[in-house]
Amino acid sequence: MDNFTVGVVVFPGSNCDRDVSWALEGCLDIRTKYLWHESSDLSDVDAIVLPGGFSYGDYLRCGAIARFSPLINALDEFVKSGKRVLGICNGFQILTESGFLPGALTANKNLNFICDDVELDIVSSKGSWFNNGGEKQTINLPIAHGEGRYHCDSDTLKKLVDNELIALRYKNNPNGSSFDIAGITNEKGNVLGLMPHPERACDETIGGTDGLFTLKSLIIK
Amino acid sequence: MDQFAVKVFVRLRPSVLDPAGEATKSASIKLGAEGIKSLRIGKMIEVKIEGNGENDVREKIDLLCDRLFANTVIEDYEYSLEKL
Repeated sequence: MDNFTVGVVVFPGSNCDRDVSWALEGCLDIRTKYLWHESSDLSDVDAIVLPGGFSYGDYLRCGAIARFSPLINALDEFVKSGKRVLGICNGFQILTESGFLPGALTANKNLNFICDDVELDIVSSKGSWFNNGGEKQTINLPIAHGEGRYHCDSDTLKKLVDNELIALRYKNNPNGSSFDIAGITNEKGNVLGLMPHPERACDETIGGTDGLFTLKSLIIK
Repeated sequence: MDQFAVKVFVRLRPSVLDPAGEATKSASIKLGAEGIKSLRIGKMIEVKIEGNGENDVREKIDLLCDRLFANTVIEDYEYSLEKL
């Protein structure tokens, strides 16, 4: 992959950073670099993953404190330049809290922390985040969250639908998300936030490979 | 500089489902409480803050509420001020 480097952001409380790095390096031979949340120098990375976990202990709201880190402040320019940003689970929560994606993620309808595999429909091809050669319209990815219920007002939902910003929908909505939404992109398509964990589905021996397409798509320029 | 004690109340918007409130309502009924029509859970944040009078402090608290204490996509807030 030449020198293409994916930055994996580490907040206090992130716990999927190493999984993401392992999946990118070990399964896809894509170079990674950990980025401490206090760093605002993004000059030597070409794409960024905000991994899952419990940044700042989920204090106040999931992702609410992480939003004020120097790294997230620097992310605005990075996104504007068209480089790709993937927010997984807590990363998705951070992207909504910081305004890169619309809506909010709140407590699951049944209050359970849900740890399961789910079937997902690929809805939009915007950003080519799930490009698998047209073989699959439905993929299987693990979820693990207590606060993954996507919520937005009806105007925002209309905008998401009209502009094809809904990336993934649950086939059997596990958490009460509006419109079964599991993942959305920004208008440009270079920012994706999703609750499921693609990095946990990159090897046949540990539950499938449907996450590979999404991680691989980070290197699209 | 004047010092104020501020109590901020953050609540889920009425249109947003509150599963924790629903679970607590269900437990309240199991406890034997009668007549509960609705139960919703919010947060209360207490801040002691200095400023040049009430208007200055209100400006600071409005910013904190809008940008940090509440996510206005899903939450409303209100607050009360007491001069110390």
